[in-house]
Amino acid sequence: MNFKHKFVFLFPGLFVLIGILIFPIIFTIRLSLSGWNSYTPEMNFIGITNYIRLFTDDPRFWESFFRLSFLSVTTVILQYVIGFALAMMVWREIKFKRFFRVIFLVPMMTTPVIMTVIWRTFFHESLGPVNDLLGGLGVKPILWLSDPVIAKFTVIIVEVWQWTPFMFLLILAGLLSLPKEPFLAAAIDGASPFRKFVYVTFPLMAPISIGAIIIRLIEASKIMDTVFVLTSGGPGTATETSSFYIYIKGLREFQMGYAATLSFTYLVIMIISLTIIAKVLTKLMIKE
Amino acid sequence: MSKLYTFLKYFFITFWTVFVVAPFLWAVSTSFKDFQSVNSKVTYIPWLDFEPTLEGWRVLIKSPAKGGVDIVEPYFNSIFVTCTASLISIVLGTLAAYALSRFTFKAGFVRNNDITFFFISQRIMPPIVLSIPFFIFLSTIGLLDSLLGLVVVYIVLLMPIAVWIMVDFFNRVPKELDETALIDGCNPYQAFYKVVLPNSIPGLIVAGMFCIIFGWIDFFFAFILTFTEVQLLPVKVVALNSSITPWWSLSASALVSVAPLIIVAFIVERYLSKGNLSGALK
Repeated sequence: MNFKHKFVFLFPGLFVLIGILIFPIIFTIRLSLSGWNSYTPEMNFIGITNYIRLFTDDPRFWESFFRLSFLSVTTVILQYVIGFALAMMVWREIKFKRFFRVIFLVPMMTTPVIMTVIWRTFFHESLGPVNDLLGGLGVKPILWLSDPVIAKFTVIIVEVWQWTPFMFLLILAGLLSLPKEPFLAAAIDGASPFRKFVYVTFPLMAPISIGAIIIRLIEASKIMDTVFVLTSGGPGTATETSSFYIYIKGLREFQMGYAATLSFTYLVIMIISLTIIAKVLTKLMIKE
Repeated sequence: MSKLYTFLKYFFITFWTVFVVAPFLWAVSTSFKDFQSVNSKVTYIPWLDFEPTLEGWRVLIKSPAKGGVDIVEPYFNSIFVTCTASLISIVLGTLAAYALSRFTFKAGFVRNNDITFFFISQRIMPPIVLSIPFFIFLSTIGLLDSLLGLVVVYIVLLMPIAVWIMVDFFNRVPKELDETALIDGCNPYQAFYKVVLPNSIPGLIVAGMFCIIFGWIDFFFAFILTFTEVQLLPVKVVALNSSITPWWSLSASALVSVAPLIIVAFIVERYLSKGNLSGALK
């Protein structure tokens, strides 16, 4: 009897998702084998020429990919450490606990690209408040958006501001659901707060931590909005990430075929590397 | 040791609170400025540093013909697209999640976990990968630059979230609940609708909030797939960010756009403090 009903529950969602996605994916693969660009906007077949170009003659893509790896790993580590610290601080009773919890959650509710517009005025090199206040302390104006190295850190600051709350939320929800007994046992043994954290809280939180880190890595690897508005990939290509580079190739230079090649390769790399990261993290953090 | 720890703790909390609030304060202050007080030198406090004006707020409701920004229509577009896509995703996602939590599926080497993973893994898909085919796909079927086209795309973004949260939630709802209902003579649909669903309200609310957040904050698809007919809020606000930026109307429109979801922060906190969220988010 169940045989029929279970499909009635599953299929609408499954088929809608597959129905929407099947065309784009097949189309991307087919497009990646064509030379579709603004001069010849047609689905011709040029074999793997695009892939050869990508692997032998396009350092800019690989640079953008390593930049993306650097940015997403750095931001996620910072978000995890800060998010965990914030969650630990408002986990137990403190004054204005609920007020702080709301404040710590607010940034993730705001539209990244709109907040980035505000951040752009905030970090404006001559008219923004940061350089003005630092100037009051006698610091020379910092080139937040036009220095290739500092611009990366500006992107990191904005990303950390935006997404630490997500980490905070997952970890605090995890902390609040932990069983009481291990903490009682540790208290009876007279463990110091530090040892309690290292031997009780942190190991208990390992599965949740892994989940949170992987979810954030997945989301961080798509970083695009922030870069798009804050620096447009600049100065030069200093903050250009893979997504942004594909966007430039595909929807600005209209090299659709080559952009599809980049997209497909990028997707495959993402799936493989995220799977490996998930496996490694699980091994590292859960010691049986 | 303990005193130092307490000091550091409050220091850090204060520091982070200031960091979180700073851009909002700056935006509020900027929204009351005029050209003079933005471009001469950096000013902070109204009346003291500069003479506040309501110009930045007024242009928000003026029509573009009169030099205004008119964010009213994009506002309603954003609400419509976000809510429609969230609703469809929640309905389909909840049904699928229920199936994945209660029944066993077998097809070749595919098991329940693989199907669940298929749903959730759609979040890995970088938006840029989908944007080019969607662009061509929607223009062939004539849905480019339309609300309906965006809803279709947003379902892909949101359904994985609904499935992710609801599968976990249903796994926590005891199976005996449906079994009792079945024994009492309900068919599986009635059991789901009359017994399981009413017991899943907290999960549904959490899933709904996450869908609304991730729908509301999307910029990229709205940016690629719409031009003039239909504009969503984020695209409209970012369009103001041109070479001669009117910082005042930019700040005002930014504040207006992020305001509604800040209420969500309060709801999430309530759930968190009551302990309902811990179950739904693990």
